[in-house]
Amino acid sequence: MTELRRTPLFSLYKKYGAQVVDFAGYEMPVQFSGIVAEHKLVREKAGLFDVSHMGEIEVTGPGAGAFIQKIITNDLIKILPGQAQYSPIANDKGGTVDDVLVYCLNEDEYWVVVNAANREKDWEWMVSHQPENAGVTLRDRSDEIAQLALQGPLAETILQKLTTVDLSQIRYYSFQTNVNVAGVTSLVSRTGYTGEDGFEIYMDASQAMSVFEALMEKGALFGLEPIGLGARDTLRLEARLPLYGHELLDDISPLEAGLGIFVKTAKFDFIGKDALLSQKENGLRRKIVGFEMKDRGIARGGFQVFGPDGPIGFVTSGTFSPTFNKSIGLAMVELSYTEVGTEFDIEIRGKKARAVVVKTPFYKRAKA
Amino acid sequence: MSQVPANLKYTKEHEWVRLDGNRAYVGITDFAQHELGDIVFVEIPEVGAELIAGETFGTVESVKTVSDLYAPLSGKVIEVNQSLIDHPELVNTATYSEGWMVLVEMSAAEDVNDLMDADAYTSHLGE
Repeated sequence: MTELRRTPLFSLYKKYGAQVVDFAGYEMPVQFSGIVAEHKLVREKAGLFDVSHMGEIEVTGPGAGAFIQKIITNDLIKILPGQAQYSPIANDKGGTVDDVLVYCLNEDEYWVVVNAANREKDWEWMVSHQPENAGVTLRDRSDEIAQLALQGPLAETILQKLTTVDLSQIRYYSFQTNVNVAGVTSLVSRTGYTGEDGFEIYMDASQAMSVFEALMEKGALFGLEPIGLGARDTLRLEARLPLYGHELLDDISPLEAGLGIFVKTAKFDFIGKDALLSQKENGLRRKIVGFEMKDRGIARGGFQVFGPDGPIGFVTSGTFSPTFNKSIGLAMVELSYTEVGTEFDIEIRGKKARAVVVKTPFYKRAKA
Repeated sequence: MSQVPANLKYTKEHEWVRLDGNRAYVGITDFAQHELGDIVFVEIPEVGAELIAGETFGTVESVKTVSDLYAPLSGKVIEVNQSLIDHPELVNTATYSEGWMVLVEMSAAEDVNDLMDADAYTSHLGE
C-alpha cells in the first residue's frame, strides 16, 4: 500500500469542512457543504476547486510540436502560442491512453496536462515514444505546479478583482502566462470541466494556498465557496464531459466515446491512426449514449445494460443530476440501441430498471 | 459533531429507533446521513413486510453512494413514510423527525436489549 499523496492545499480542507477521500492516489475533498448545494452554486454563481492532483508534463525543444502531434489524435497545427487544445491520446489499437489538455506556450514549449490517475502511465508512454536525437525534452512538473479551477458565471468578475490583466481578452481555450493573481505569477486559461464559463489557474505549488485564500476572500461577496470532487463529477457529467477510467479506457476508442471531432484522421500521422481510421471506415459496433432513468435509482458506472435478448453494454457513469432532479448517466451500448428514444434495462442491485436514451449534453449553458 | 438524541436507541449500523410501546419508528442517524451526503432515493418495504433483526430491509441512496438499511429489530411494517418518495432530503434535514422510514410492530420485545443507548452509540462513533 503506497502512501496517499496530498496537494499543497491539503491543510486548508479541514478549515472549509471537507470530507476527504482517496482519489487517484490523492487525499482529495469529495465534498464541503454538500454535493447538490455545491453543484448549484457553480451553475448559478461560482465555485473554487483544488485540482492540483492533475499532472503537468512539460515538452520542450525544437522537436516538441512534432512529438506531441505524433501522440495526440487532435491536430496541433490548429493552435498558436497562447492557445490550448483538448485531445485524446490513442494507443496502437485505437484505445485511449488518456485525454489531455495541450498548452502551447511557444513553438518549442508545451504543457501536457494529464489526469492524476494516468500520470505515471502517460509519462512512461511519452518517454517510450520520445524520438531519439530529435530535440525533445520531457519533464514531469506535476509536483511543483498547483492548479485551481474557478468555475461559474461569476468566475470572471471574481478573478478580475485579483488581477490587472483584462480577463475578457482571454477567450475560450486561450490562456495568458505571467498573470499576476493576488501577487502570484500564474498561468490563467479560460477552460474548465463543469460546462460553465471559468478559468483554470496554474501557479507554483508553494504559492497555491495564498491564491486560494485570496480568491475565497474576494469571492465571499459573490457567494464563492470551495467545491469538492463529488460536484465536479456531477457537473462534468451533466455537460457530458468524459472522465478517464469511465468513458475512456485502454480498450475504449475516442470514437466510441463520442469524441470524433477530436480525432483528425486527415492529419499526416499519429499513434493509433490506422486503427481509428479503420473504425471510421467500417463503422462502430458500440457507442456511448446518454440516458435518463424512467424507474427509480441511480445506474452507476459498471452496471450492466440489457436489451430484450440479453446484455447489450454497460454504464460508464451515472449520477443524480442536481440541475434536473433526475437520475442520468452514460452507457456504452450496441449500435442498434443508440437512437434517442430507445429504451433499455439497467440492472441495479439485482433488479432491472428502465432507462431511455436522451440527447446529450444533458446541460448546456445559455450563451451570454 | 453528530447529534445523538438521548431518548432514542441505536444500532452499530447507524439506524435509530424510537420506541412507543410495542411499536418502533426507525430511521438512520445524523452520522449516517452526513456520511452519505445528499440523499436522493430511499427504498423501503411496503406495509405488511416482515423485518428480521440484523437483516437488510432497504437501501438509501445519495448522489455519492448507496447503502443498505439494517433492521434494528424484528417485526411487521405497519406504516412507511410516504413523504420520502418525493422528499428523500428529509432524511438529511429532519433526520430524527420527518426523516423516519418505517414504523414496525415488534414481534420480539427482547430485541430492544440488543440496541445501544445514546451514550453507547456516542462511544461507538468515537471508536
